[in-house]
Formats: sequence, C-alpha cells, structure tokens
Amino acid sequence: MKTLNTETILGGIDPDIQSRLLSRRDLFARSTVALGALASAPLILAATASEVFAQGLPQEIMDTLNFALTLEHIEDAYYRTGLGTDGLIPAEYLGVFNHIGLHEAHHVAFLESVLGSAAVARPEADFTAGGKYPDVFSNFDTFLTLSQTFEDLGVAAYKGQATNLMANDDILTAALQIHSVEARHAAEVRRIGGKPAWDGAFDEPMSKEDVLAAAMPFLKA
Amino acid sequence: MTNITKSLSDQTSARPSRRNVVTWTAAGIAGAAVFGSLPNFGMAQEMTATLGDGDVGVLNYAYALEQLEAAFYKKVIEAPYADMSAEEKTILTDIRDHEIAHADFLKTALADKAIGDLEVDFSAVDFTSRDAVLTTAVTFEDLGVAAYNGAGKLLTTPDYLVAAGKIVSVEGRHAATIRDLLNPLSVSFAGPDVVDDNGLDRALPPADVLAAAGPFVKTAINADGL
Repeated sequence: MKTLNTETILGGIDPDIQSRLLSRRDLFARSTVALGALASAPLILAATASEVFAQGLPQEIMDTLNFALTLEHIEDAYYRTGLGTDGLIPAEYLGVFNHIGLHEAHHVAFLESVLGSAAVARPEADFTAGGKYPDVFSNFDTFLTLSQTFEDLGVAAYKGQATNLMANDDILTAALQIHSVEARHAAEVRRIGGKPAWDGAFDEPMSKEDVLAAAMPFLKA
Repeated sequence: MTNITKSLSDQTSARPSRRNVVTWTAAGIAGAAVFGSLPNFGMAQEMTATLGDGDVGVLNYAYALEQLEAAFYKKVIEAPYADMSAEEKTILTDIRDHEIAHADFLKTALADKAIGDLEVDFSAVDFTSRDAVLTTAVTFEDLGVAAYNGAGKLLTTPDYLVAAGKIVSVEGRHAATIRDLLNPLSVSFAGPDVVDDNGLDRALPPADVLAAAGPFVKTAINADGL
C-alpha cells in the first residue's frame, strides 16, 4: 500500500492537529487516529454539532470523506496559488477560475465541518510534481492542463467512492452534489482549453488506489 | 450552527415521500388519450407509465428523463435553429447521442421492467430560436443533474449507483457547456442558481423533478413506488 508522508502546513497554527497526527506515514489512517483522540475527550467532542455528527459516522464513511477532503485541499491550494500569481491567468478567464476556486474552498469547509475534529490536515502540495511541471504557475497552458487533470480526477474519484457512502443518505447526497459541481468545473476548464467537455456518454469511476497514484506526485514527499 | 448542520437538516426535512403520486395535467391526460392521432415515432405508447418500486422505479424514473432529453435533442438536430454554429451543432449532436446512449443503457438494464416510450410535448419550445433551444436545454440538463443527485440515495444496489454516477456527471458537463454557450466565460456554468454556498449542486426529489418535467410529457407517469 502506498503511504503519504506529508507535513501539515496547518500544524504550525493549530497545536491540536500535530498532537492528533501520531503517524504521518499514512494519510488515510489519520481519521482513525483522530477518532481515537476524540473518543478520549468526550467533552471536547461535544463542542460543536458537527463533531458530534462526525463521531457517529461509520469508519468507512469518515475515511471516504477524508479521502475526498484531501483531494479538495489539493484543488483549493492549486487555485489559490494560481489566482495569487499575477499574470498567470488571462483576464478573460479570471472570473471562471475565481468561481472554481471559491467552490473548492467551500468543499473543503463543508467536508471539514462534517468531519469536525476527525478531518485530515491540509497536505503540503508540490504542483510541479517533483519538477515535471516546472512552469505550472508561469505558463497558463500548463496551469490549464493540470486544472483539467484535477477536475476530471475529482469527478472520477467521487464517482468511485459513492458506494462507500450508501449507509448515510445525507452524506451520499452531499457527495453527489459535489461530484456534479466538479463535472461542471471540468467541462468549463476543458472548453477554455479548446477541448471537448466530455470523453463520451459515460464518465468512468476510478478506484481510490488509482486516484492516489494520480494525486501522489502532487503531494510533497 | 454550522452550514453542514443546517444543510443536512434541510435535506432531511426535504426528504421525498416514498408515495409520490404524480399525474400530469388534465389536458396532458386528454392528450394521451388521443395519442393514436399524434406523431409518436411509430412506437407503441402507454397511457400511463408506472415506474415501479425500489431500484426498478428509480431506474425507470431516470429512463423517463433520458427519453425526454433524447427526444428534445433529436428535434433540435433534425431542425437546427438558423444561426446554429458549427461548434454548437457538434456539441448538441454529441449531447443528443449521449442522451440516446443513456436511455438505451437504462432500457437494457431494466429489460422487461422498462416503461414504454413516453409521448413528449415540446409545443412550448420555439425550435427556430437559439435562445429558446439552449435555455430549454439548460433546464433539462440542470433538472437531470438534480434528479440523479436526489435519486442516488433511493438506490439500494451499488452497481446501479455507480451507473447513475457515470451518467450524472456527463449531464453536469452538458449543463455547464450549454450554460457557457449562453453566457460565455461567466460564472453561469456552475452559477449560484444551481450551486449553493457549500459548493453543492441541486438535489431534487422525484416529485419536484416530475412536476418540472410535466409540461413536456404527455404520458401520465405513476411514481407511486418511489
């Protein structure tokens, strides 16, 4: 099994997060670790409704939501960096990318609010993928290519995880509601790139392993 | 109170009744009663399409919507509006083919449980008008997205949920694309009219979707089992 050895940039500002991350070896074991920490601190747990809500979720759902949150963190960081880089995104596309970035930030906040204290930390990203895309934030074509990659990947990832959420109707529905927004993003980004907005009549799902393999190069080792 | 708590309670309170009975307008039923005199693509049609129970009911519900979409785009491509650009024709032809593929897929999955061919009514749509065609297309695509999003939780068979997922994101791509044709490079592709402050697309219960689709369908649809 692949492991993600990621530092957390939030660690510097939230001491709780560091203490919860007993292991950095496996990003997707973090929710387990966090849950253990929560179980020993029932008073803290009751602090907000969302944390109480998260406590009652089956592990499979927590893990799946943390997997989704990790992908949303990557997208969120990607657009924040791109939008914060003067001259990268041509003026005529700024409105679109601002809007996409806003949604990704909303998705992060939404998933974090569902997971409460069990939410994984923001991974540290390397959008050059170890030097493979050195001009990602200086060449709009590269930025656009990776934007499409992340959006299509998000669509395939949510689709591949839907069956793991069937035990909770509200969470399944929310995940589907994010899934179709990612599809809207993917279509718009593809159009800006002069490409068809779809690959055919059916979008294929991807397994967690395949999504991780695609996302791993963009996470700092 | 966080957004999620509010959102989830809203969704819970909005949970659809499992005994949705949707019938079309009296005029629609009267129209269906005389369907023999109307163009019907040469196919046998039913007075009432009964979707059925459980997963079959949900798949038939999806099949009904895909039939509606496929019929719409067939008309669009058969008689393109005057100023249809080459790009628009490519897009709308692709979408037509996708909707036909979706309908065929669902019909095959349903086998002998599939509802018959719906009789549609696009008399309110001016197919010579780009704006009317694209605006109606957006209505159908957004409705399709909201319908699949709302129906996912009604499915009990994981394979069907995956299949629905393979369709709904393509509907989302359609919706964004046609919205972009109408309002290029604006936020419309995922506008605030369909995506809320949590970044969530719409999810509608079958009763709401069928009510919205009602004016375009003459066949009565019995969604009692959903």
